[in-house]
Amino acid sequence: MTVTEQRPAEIVPRQPASAGREGWIRRAPLLPALIFTIIVTQLPFLFTIYYSLQSWNLVRPGSAQFVGLDNYVKVFTDSQFRGVAVNTVVLTAGAVLISMVLGLAFALLLDRQFRGRGFVRTLLITPFLITPVAAALLWKTVLFDPTYGLINFVLSPFGAGQTDWISAFPLTSVMVALVWQWTPFMMLLTLAGLQSQPHDVLEAARVDGAGSFAIFREVTLPHLRRFIELGIVLGAIYLVNTFDAIYMMTQGGPGTASANLPFYIYQRAFLGFDIGQSAAMGVVVVIATIIVSTFALRLIFRSFQTEEG
Amino acid sequence: MAAPTTERPASTGDTRELAPARRGNRAGPALLTVLTWIVGIGFFFPILWMVLTAFKKEADAYTSPPSLFFTPTLEQFETVFSSGIGPYLLNSLFATVMSTVFVLLLAVPAAYAVSLRPVKKTQDVLFFFISTKMLPVVAAIVPIYVVVNNIGMLDNIWTLVVLYTAMNLPIAVWMMRSFFQEVPKELLEAASMDGASLWRSMREVVLPVVSPGIAATSLICVIFAWNEFFFAVNLTAATAATVPVFLVGFITSEGLYFAKLCAAATMCALPVVVAGWIAQNKLVQGLSFGAVK
Repeated sequence: MTVTEQRPAEIVPRQPASAGREGWIRRAPLLPALIFTIIVTQLPFLFTIYYSLQSWNLVRPGSAQFVGLDNYVKVFTDSQFRGVAVNTVVLTAGAVLISMVLGLAFALLLDRQFRGRGFVRTLLITPFLITPVAAALLWKTVLFDPTYGLINFVLSPFGAGQTDWISAFPLTSVMVALVWQWTPFMMLLTLAGLQSQPHDVLEAARVDGAGSFAIFREVTLPHLRRFIELGIVLGAIYLVNTFDAIYMMTQGGPGTASANLPFYIYQRAFLGFDIGQSAAMGVVVVIATIIVSTFALRLIFRSFQTEEG
Repeated sequence: MAAPTTERPASTGDTRELAPARRGNRAGPALLTVLTWIVGIGFFFPILWMVLTAFKKEADAYTSPPSLFFTPTLEQFETVFSSGIGPYLLNSLFATVMSTVFVLLLAVPAAYAVSLRPVKKTQDVLFFFISTKMLPVVAAIVPIYVVVNNIGMLDNIWTLVVLYTAMNLPIAVWMMRSFFQEVPKELLEAASMDGASLWRSMREVVLPVVSPGIAATSLICVIFAWNEFFFAVNLTAATAATVPVFLVGFITSEGLYFAKLCAAATMCALPVVVAGWIAQNKLVQGLSFGAVK
């Protein structure tokens, strides 16, 4: 949070006075968006910090009182919180990486000339467009249902029987639904990368007698790197906030076996009405996110600087 | 426990893809084409099944093995409409359209400022915008809820409009910037030398290059706004709730009946899916941040 808030502050005042007027005219179109973003996205975090120092439960009106770092002590001694944090990392990293590998594979398949290419691409992007709540519902009912679900029907020749996938593997089931939704996104990004490959380089490599796999490794992958990095960063940004799928499919259960941080904090705030505690968790999550995203942002910026040349 | 079980399908997917590519010269591309079709249909199948189930009677939806042939009925859609999806659709439409308009009003000038007439510290501004996306929404929901409650804006559609605008703005600035960078700077300079007004050079030089970007950015904003659930479920109740909230409430009121749920889910997803299909190239342009024209 400190990182993000200091930056805009630097931008505004540090122009030499001589260029001031011209600078302001140039900056003017930027200001509405900047101010709006600061107010709506940054101010709430200041409140979050304030609330995190209070013992405040909505069930007991007027119960708010300053308790210092008590809430933080509770967060760090909460073993459920730790488990949920691990779930978040597993879910995010797993879903991002698997959907990237599948997306890359699908993009390679689509990056060829064949009949019905546009149609197949349309089929493949659709899961990304489906409302996540509807998608999660679809997985929970018509796909994963132990008795009438398609998954068990398809697997029945292999002796799957009536496995209740969501009860048996709650976190993995959620991840499967997320991978299904995000593979198209990764595919579109890497396909965009594949199609922007310089054809003369590919031709030259082929003329030199390089095999398909060698070309893929030496030419295509380095070129795709920027797109893969972008996909991973954007995918992680959205997937770390996963809420809909967990809400619909497992409600975080059994216990907190499939809860991630967003869902756990939601439970504490809106079902437990514990404002102070959930705010403290929010602050911890934000700090952790800043640490992770500092690396991620470095990545995204490196890839965009090469573009500007 | 979760990691090893899920790693496996990923790696098989990978080798499945690479192995034929190496043998491509002999086996011919026909196999790859067949594989691509299988993958495409396989990925789409759950959606196809959802739509099919929506046209079934409940009795046909609960068969084992699943029934592929049945007499289609509109019964389920009638249930969905009679249980009052209408106002929810309107709310979703309003929140989506208004927030997208606001995003464009804010993002287009901002992207113009950071790309065509870059101020100092442009990188920092872009950094700031994208970093707001990295902060988990959940950490802000508590104060947002308290503030919105205190100013009496709970269950008000404008609350969602403001939040969706903030949610999509950073991505929109980045997307629009990538399109503004394509504007030929020499042409702009030439236009201002000729004494063309700012407005005219905007209209004649900038707009033709940037307008596909505006379309692409709008589409992405529409998708994310229409599909948003977290803010909607926590900040709205009866009057301002959107379609995803309707879907959840529908389960509570109607129970877990496959055919009805599939009809409701289809209604919920349909507008954005159709928009995405129609403007597919825009989707690719937007998501690749202008790398594909």
